[in-house]
Amino acid sequence: MERRDFLVGSSSATALALAAASGLTPAHAQNAAGWNKAAFDSKTLADAAKALGASSAPVESKDLILQAPEIAENGAVVRIGAQSNIANTSQISFVVEKNPSALAASFDIPAGTDANVSTNIKMGQSSNVYALVKAGDKYFYAVKEVKVTLGGCGG
Amino acid sequence: MSDPMRIRAQAQGDKTTVRVLVSHEMESGQRRDAAGKIVPAWFIQSINATWNGKTVMSAQWGTAVSKNPFIQFAFKGGKAGDKIVVSWIDNRGEKRSDEALIA
Repeated sequence: MERRDFLVGSSSATALALAAASGLTPAHAQNAAGWNKAAFDSKTLADAAKALGASSAPVESKDLILQAPEIAENGAVVRIGAQSNIANTSQISFVVEKNPSALAASFDIPAGTDANVSTNIKMGQSSNVYALVKAGDKYFYAVKEVKVTLGGCGG
Repeated sequence: MSDPMRIRAQAQGDKTTVRVLVSHEMESGQRRDAAGKIVPAWFIQSINATWNGKTVMSAQWGTAVSKNPFIQFAFKGGKAGDKIVVSWIDNRGEKRSDEALIA
């Protein structure tokens, strides 16, 4: 009897957890106006670029410098930065290939602001990290592999 | 209510460099609590900075930005005493706005 109760209890808890994971239940969760859900749901660089508005696949560029550590001891805090020397850079995004959602952050660069931003991101495991830049209507990327010795997503 | 952001803006030559340290959990939605339940995602989705009312940085974030996020950027112009305002909104609809003067 006890065992049965336990099973019933745990299966409904699992259902709840699944619903929460798929974003169905939390009534308080809402997306900020203009937040690009499709882009943050993407799993690859190509998908992220497409969701951000790229019409063709991004091209690797030497004029884009991605600063990222070779080895990150703590995946919860990885300092990354990108500097774009490509004219008319209007957006800089960071994509982590093996994170559950590949796109980490996307910065819009208004005229007058340097195409050079840095921030801290989380990485679940060692992965390629991309800086994805929009210049005019074209997209460019730079890539670097970051080895993570301690993951930052989950326990 | 969340803690205030720490904003440091420094004018040097014709440029102003801004560093912001935001206080936010940035829960990824991947983590489980002690009972094994997934902790729902709770993260800043949108953040922007203005200088004298003009937007100098705006960004959209996903769950992969670290807890207590840090950002650094620079823009042309700005002099000591000008006002920088940084505002964010998270996926629970919570907002916060803080300001600092350029040093």
